[in-house]
Amino acid sequence: MIEPILEVRDLHVRFPVRRNLLGRTTVENHAVSGVDLALVPGETLALVGESGCGKTTLGRTIVGAQKATSGAVIFDGKVLTSMPERERAPYRRQIRMVFQDPFSSLNPRFTLRQIIGDPLVATGEARGSELEDRIAEMMRRVGLSPDYMDRYPHAFSGGQRQRVNIARALIVNPRLVVADEPVSALDVSVRAQILNLLRELQAEFGLTYLFISHDLSVVENLADRVAVMYFGRIVELADTASLYDAPRHPYTEALMSAVPIPDPALKGRGGRILLPDELPDPSNPPPGCAFARRCRYAEAGRCDTGEIPLEHGTRCVRREELDLQGIVGAPS
Amino acid sequence: MSLKTVPLNDGEGLEPTGMTPSPSELQRTRASQRKLVWWAFKKHRLALVSAWLLAAMLIVIALCEFVAPFGDRHRDSEYTTAPPQVLKLWDTDGPDGFRFGLHVDGYTSTQDPRSLRITYEPNPEDRVDVGLFVKGEEYELFGLIPMDRHLIGPKDSGDPMYLFGTTTDGQDLLSQLVYATRVSASVGIIGVMLAFLLGIVLGAVSGYFGGWIDNVVQRIIELIMAVPSIPLWLGLAAALPAQMGPVARYFIITTILALVAWTGLAREVRGRFLALRSEEFVTSARLDGSSHARVMFRHMLPSFSSHIIAALSLSIPGMILAETALSWLGMGLRPPAVSWGVQLQDASKWSVLSGAPWLLIPGACVVLVVLAFNFVGDGLRDAADPYKH
Repeated sequence: MIEPILEVRDLHVRFPVRRNLLGRTTVENHAVSGVDLALVPGETLALVGESGCGKTTLGRTIVGAQKATSGAVIFDGKVLTSMPERERAPYRRQIRMVFQDPFSSLNPRFTLRQIIGDPLVATGEARGSELEDRIAEMMRRVGLSPDYMDRYPHAFSGGQRQRVNIARALIVNPRLVVADEPVSALDVSVRAQILNLLRELQAEFGLTYLFISHDLSVVENLADRVAVMYFGRIVELADTASLYDAPRHPYTEALMSAVPIPDPALKGRGGRILLPDELPDPSNPPPGCAFARRCRYAEAGRCDTGEIPLEHGTRCVRREELDLQGIVGAPS
Repeated sequence: MSLKTVPLNDGEGLEPTGMTPSPSELQRTRASQRKLVWWAFKKHRLALVSAWLLAAMLIVIALCEFVAPFGDRHRDSEYTTAPPQVLKLWDTDGPDGFRFGLHVDGYTSTQDPRSLRITYEPNPEDRVDVGLFVKGEEYELFGLIPMDRHLIGPKDSGDPMYLFGTTTDGQDLLSQLVYATRVSASVGIIGVMLAFLLGIVLGAVSGYFGGWIDNVVQRIIELIMAVPSIPLWLGLAAALPAQMGPVARYFIITTILALVAWTGLAREVRGRFLALRSEEFVTSARLDGSSHARVMFRHMLPSFSSHIIAALSLSIPGMILAETALSWLGMGLRPPAVSWGVQLQDASKWSVLSGAPWLLIPGACVVLVVLAFNFVGDGLRDAADPYKH
């Protein structure tokens, strides 16, 4: 068995919503509740789920932009979550993040040189001509001309800005990259190019990706494994091919049914599963399966009691009985 | 978000090919924040004119001793409350007909037999020659270079040349005004700088960290804001020892004004930091390994530096007015220091003012400068965000 590069153990993140007079938290939202994950070096794990399911919070906790309430993030055998800020700093270079919004993630007052070089400047790692060389080299790798170094982000399109984002993340030679919906703000025509770039860079630098997305069609070609997240929990975890072929959790099935099928001959089979909008209250999680209230297979008495563990890659008590529909015509 | 600038090339991620951007486009894409602001500011005519006016004022402040015809201690007891003279380029009714040359008319005095009050009238017979760069009182420019030349003055330094008239003490109002401008405007500018230092640091810390730090700072601000400012200034100023030197008094008054004025700015800065804190580029700056201070002052503050400069020029007038009010009430600066407020004390008695309306000129000066700062502030505020159009 290969040593995982990143391990997440029983991670919880809760946000205080209301405090009493003494400053004690009385109501809190559970954004991430008990996530276990392991990434092996060189793989791409996709994290999918609807908006608000906690996938971004999980990503931010892994890179250290968000404090964990309990549980552990273990990188290379070191428990990052219990480290004081100072000790953690070197690991910030090894785990980098590519942000979702190509507009708000680039400081409009900085030139590309300042943006991409900032990780090196902030820690004094490089300066002068070495700094310039490394910035230029990185820009070339992500497909930007170094001639653009002294321009401001407002002169660039969304896709080019995302290349800048990627360059900034990779300039410190990280080993793990958390990509938080890196293409969801981009035009469809540009998406494929950015995804290809990410794949090339992965091969070139031996990167491990945690790829966060809400779009299963984006994930299909890129990911080795897929973790489906719902309401702060991983509800299904499987190899990409087997997940797309035969999902084992009703929520995954519902997500799959939302993927558009380009082949008109296959249209009409399967059909779209529309979920009712009844999301559970994140400050007061229900017992049993969090998805039960929206699930068309839910059985009273079985699905709404107790804690359902992640077994055989799914958190569904009826996994043996159900025959769920994957993506029609998916390559298997 | 709407962007004015077109992307450099449509072919996504391609190396720049034969498509060469036009010079104006190239200029825009390479333009720094400062340049974009300047281009937007230039379109605001009133602000531009005001900016020139303020620039002229700064020059006057720097070259005060040279610009003023007389020194700040000059007193001519022969001519008290004399009216302004008109500067003339030539004269036709002199002894030898038409004569070219800068001059003013001298005065004739008449004494009212009953009130014994002396009034002065311009006397065209008595010609006072006026020259540029004439020798006058000695002074040291910038406190270093000994000089005796003045921009304008009577050719014979004993002659009366009072373009704005004289005060009840026989001081040249123009010279006094020039010196007062230095004091009043610099109280405004230095005071605002002090206030801004406090306001930016406390506002930034408050907005960036939030939580209990924010709470403490905000409560302090509310406390200061709750105290009415004029009584507070008066109280603080009254606590100063009366025999304090004019320079020390000047700095302490400035500090007092700043200690009250920082709160508004701190709130503004805090609001901006709060709004910006959740932007992804701030998170990413933190993840890049920047310290909190670097994130706050290197990454975040420049995003609204133009707003701060606008707020700065908008709060200078308040400071100038505060100093003027305080000095006028006799609690701020005191003679022999001259400021606009001190000068206006002269004009506070109707009996004096009715005979000598020119004593109100410092008031007009206050209005002019305050308006100019406001216009410049307005122009800057509109220009501050060049990306929004």
